[in-house]
Amino acid sequence: MKIVVCIKQVPDTKGGVKFNADGTLDRGAMLTIMNPDDKAGLEAALRLKDQYGAEVTVLTMGLPKAEEVLREAMAMGADKGILVTDRVLGGADTWATSTTIAGALRNIDYDLIITGRQAIDGDTAQVGPQISEHLDIPVISYAQDIKIDGDYVIVQRQYEDRYHELKAKMPCLVTALSELNEARYMTPGGIFDAYDKEITVWGRADLKDVDDANLGLKGSPTKIAKASDKVRKGAGEKVTLEPDEAVKYLIGKLEEKHVI
Amino acid sequence: MNLEEYKGVFVFAQQVDNVISNIAFELLGKAKDLANDLNTEVTAVLVGSGIKDLADQLAEYGADKVIVVDDPELKEYRTEPYTHALSSVINEYKPEIVLVGATAIGRDLGPRVSARVQTGLTADCTVLEIGNFPINPTPNQKSGQLLMTRPAFGGNTIATIACPDNRPQMATVRAGVMQKIAPIKGAKAEVIEFNPGFTPNNKYVEILNIVKEVKDIVDIAEAKILVSGGRGVGSAENFKLLDDLAEVLGGTVSCSRAVVDDGWKEKELQVGQTGKTVRPQVYFAIGISGAIQHTAGMEESDIIIAINKDETAPIFDVADYGIVGDLNKIVPMLTEQLKAAIASK
Repeated sequence: MKIVVCIKQVPDTKGGVKFNADGTLDRGAMLTIMNPDDKAGLEAALRLKDQYGAEVTVLTMGLPKAEEVLREAMAMGADKGILVTDRVLGGADTWATSTTIAGALRNIDYDLIITGRQAIDGDTAQVGPQISEHLDIPVISYAQDIKIDGDYVIVQRQYEDRYHELKAKMPCLVTALSELNEARYMTPGGIFDAYDKEITVWGRADLKDVDDANLGLKGSPTKIAKASDKVRKGAGEKVTLEPDEAVKYLIGKLEEKHVI
Repeated sequence: MNLEEYKGVFVFAQQVDNVISNIAFELLGKAKDLANDLNTEVTAVLVGSGIKDLADQLAEYGADKVIVVDDPELKEYRTEPYTHALSSVINEYKPEIVLVGATAIGRDLGPRVSARVQTGLTADCTVLEIGNFPINPTPNQKSGQLLMTRPAFGGNTIATIACPDNRPQMATVRAGVMQKIAPIKGAKAEVIEFNPGFTPNNKYVEILNIVKEVKDIVDIAEAKILVSGGRGVGSAENFKLLDDLAEVLGGTVSCSRAVVDDGWKEKELQVGQTGKTVRPQVYFAIGISGAIQHTAGMEESDIIIAINKDETAPIFDVADYGIVGDLNKIVPMLTEQLKAAIASK
């Protein structure tokens, strides 16, 4: 079985958010990590490899620096890494990104493609389903459990108040939730080996059956009209009082605002 | 693509078990505003099996027309037949705007449909308005565009996005953000039945099992008063203090992500970027530090009251009334005195 996991290198927005003196986001100062949902997808693929035997390829699209997440994935146990990088692919929205990744995936054999549900920088959850549409294969989003049964994949698909147990014929694309599992750590041997493994680097010319009109910033149907760091609501009153005084103060405010 | 051919604001009217989801009514409310600005109509697209009699409800919440796609293949949500249904409606009726709820269904259906009809999709929008693109005047500035605003980078930034050269302009919209209209009793919509034909292919998945997670959980997005706790509450047991306060005020308990991560509360009660967006009349943030991922989901609340022992906690930057102090002393005393104050009224 051949599994491809699509992963993304993202700024770590949890906890490590840094601001410049003028209140704007200091992206240069933020660490990068493997996107958490993607890491869960990779872990799911590695468990399928442990259980059924599989070749696991990790694929990422990004700047040359994104090679780091491929090395990390290989240190966890992935067999091959593919980096899709080219200046003409930059500034892509989800449509152009999914077109690019689908163009790369057309070069390789796969039974199962796993992506994270969403990346923590954009939070769109769009790229996985859009890749599956470009490749004309079924998609199962929001996977909380993944099993293999012969030529089929059996997935628990999460909804707000229920889950569906779904069966799809492979090839199929599944998007993974970070709740799916607890990802393994890199091993010292794995890290050592990861730097010996070769990473395939593809550019625009290596993408199959894609039109230039659908790539990069120019090929993105959605355009940014404006972007700004969030204007925060101003702070109100802050008081330090003994508990009984604090309670009196709060009740006064709730009465003043006609809450009680 | 002749953009002029595309007219009207369409809403995907999500239903589950033949009950229309609240998000459908919220989207109709917003669609009505957008349609007024564009001088056009609101159409709800209702997809399912045996659902025709739900059309009147959509009319009461503002739909001028309802397109019904009714087929046995559509009984339960599955990506492919629903994608085929909505894409076929778009190709047939050519709307200029399509709104879909940013739910577990809509966030799967939206991207697949947008890729099929080859247009852009903006995810998890919190503001939608009609305006010019680009915003600054240029010789080729276009008017009447859908401007879609959404948070990104975990709520740290906010972006406004347009889709000027493709139609329809598609957005998924967060639940609990748009306002539904007061229902117009007895309103009727023009009902159009449409069936593009459903032939199972490799993309149809089989449903082996449906497991409903029976939970007696209230919808925090609907609450008028929320008493929300963070890791500072200390333990699952100590949430009793918050339960008592909520009870006195007729409110509901919610929580921050840390509390869900620690297994003290269910995910359904989580407020924030990866939880729910809420805007109650009063929001108590108790023992919540106020990471931006949290405030992104509650800062639209009318009154925010924060209680935290750490005077540098960022929650105080968004709170209307902030108390620096020990929640274990303040909260029970507040509950008792509120009880007395309410009883004396």
